[in-house]
Amino acid sequence: MEILVCVKRVPDTAENEISVSSAGNDIERGDLVYSVNEWDNYAVEEAIQIVDRVGGNVTVVAVGDDESEEILRREMAMGANDGLLLKDGAFDGSDGKGTASILKAAVGKGKYDLILTGAQAEAGAAQVGGMLAAMLDYPYASLVNKVEVIDDKKLKVGREIEGGNQEINEIELPCVLSIQTGINEPRYVGIRGIRKVASVEIPVMGASDLGLGADSVGAAGAKVKRVDYFVPEMGAGAEMLEGSTEEIIDKLVELLKAKGGLK
Amino acid sequence: MAQVFAYITHKGGAADDSALELAAAAKKLGADAVTAVVTGTGGELDAVCKDMAASYKEVWKIDNAAMAYPNAEVVRKALVNVLPGDCLLLLPHDTFGIDLGPGLSIKMNSAYVSDVVAIDGLEGATLKVVRQEFGGAASTHMTVDTGAGAVVTLRPGSFAADESKSAGGQVVDKSGDAGDLTAKRKYLETVAAEVGDVDITKSDVLVSVGRGIEDQDNLQIVFDLAEAMKADVSCSRPIVDAKWLEKSRQVGTSGLTVKPKVYMAMGISGAFQHVGGIKGNPFIIAINKNPKAPIFQVADVGIEANILEFIPELTEKIKSL
Repeated sequence: MEILVCVKRVPDTAENEISVSSAGNDIERGDLVYSVNEWDNYAVEEAIQIVDRVGGNVTVVAVGDDESEEILRREMAMGANDGLLLKDGAFDGSDGKGTASILKAAVGKGKYDLILTGAQAEAGAAQVGGMLAAMLDYPYASLVNKVEVIDDKKLKVGREIEGGNQEINEIELPCVLSIQTGINEPRYVGIRGIRKVASVEIPVMGASDLGLGADSVGAAGAKVKRVDYFVPEMGAGAEMLEGSTEEIIDKLVELLKAKGGLK
Repeated sequence: MAQVFAYITHKGGAADDSALELAAAAKKLGADAVTAVVTGTGGELDAVCKDMAASYKEVWKIDNAAMAYPNAEVVRKALVNVLPGDCLLLLPHDTFGIDLGPGLSIKMNSAYVSDVVAIDGLEGATLKVVRQEFGGAASTHMTVDTGAGAVVTLRPGSFAADESKSAGGQVVDKSGDAGDLTAKRKYLETVAAEVGDVDITKSDVLVSVGRGIEDQDNLQIVFDLAEAMKADVSCSRPIVDAKWLEKSRQVGTSGLTVKPKVYMAMGISGAFQHVGGIKGNPFIIAINKNPKAPIFQVADVGIEANILEFIPELTEKIKSL
């Protein structure tokens, strides 16, 4: 099975405290640690496991700048066979539809049976996979937490729905799936693995390579635009307990007793 | 202005809570008449449509056996055929809306904006909304060009439901316009969540642990505290994703909904998916080393501390009582 996995380089929220810049037009990016979007990492692991079972090839693709090459390499160290970087100044400021248009053009340059994305990235929009599927006229399933290959024509997939329940669907290939965290246990990537792929050539394609007009992608093509970042006016919020740890614990124990937290 | 529609999700003949939240959100668009659109089949669909006519001036019913289960790939085709191309369509940002919305916006050639938490308003064709990024750590204003229509998904619980039920609306049968509903994805069955050894939905006191625990081996201190308090242990999503605890202990929209009297959130940042699983207005105590963690906005009492150091000291104190 030929599998394409779309990945994104994002600030790692487990490693960073996100704060809004003083100008309000961005988050503070000075000291941010970046990594591959957590959901995408699960998607790559799933692709590798599928290929381990039924054979095939995994390609990882990112829309981004030169620094996105490092996450493509990381995912190749995990076991993806090929990387592809989609890079062009004309892509800057793309909305979800713009990003999906870029990826659609890249899909057209290859031949893939299955396309995976993460269920969402740092902006929480959860949109690119579904848009890409509709543009390609492929069937789509989101929030996938189980993939079983039935044959070379169809898959059985589980979707995570409300209440911890799982919705089982049969879906025809080629298709697009957005992968939910927890579907597998992504393998660890060591320094040695990274070194092995350090010199592998990663092809780069821009707007003209992909046959994309500048008005269909980037800020020019975007109907959805971010105006600013801000910290919302908060409500009263929690009463913060202050003092030494001992004092805080004493206050907390009194509260727990009063509220029925200690029996 | 363009016509505004609200898609009603329902189950077992009853509309989802989001149905009246969408009605409230639609008012913020300045729409004087909002149309509910409901898909499904048979008596359950009729019951929901009748119910919605109390809250929406017009209810478009699309009855087709192919939509007995709400398969987004099928529903999308029906909506593309029935709705005017330049309409504004509101959907809940739940597991169905996430499945349906992005592809629908492409097929309708509409703009798409998802997980909206507030609507500032509509000026001309420009819609201004508020979203959150980075798990709620930063908010953004977004503008959306709705000139050719828009699909907008709204975060459940962000808009106070419009309970007025004074619309006195009518049901219009649009089933004949649904068109060809064949799809390349087929719903097979729903597998119910596994039941664990502890039923956290029945617990009075929950000690809930999140990413702040850092390592599986550290979980013991949480179980020690829970034992001292005679409480049960629950957790947030990352702990289940890491396979450190079973899914039946996960609190949140993708896990279980709990209604304890006291909820202790330990090293949990407080993403809306987690908080959405805490009901019944419990007394919430949040302990987190990041003073900006969103959990402090919903907690009654907060403590800025590293749970790895704080929990053992609290356990000792409780044991000594």
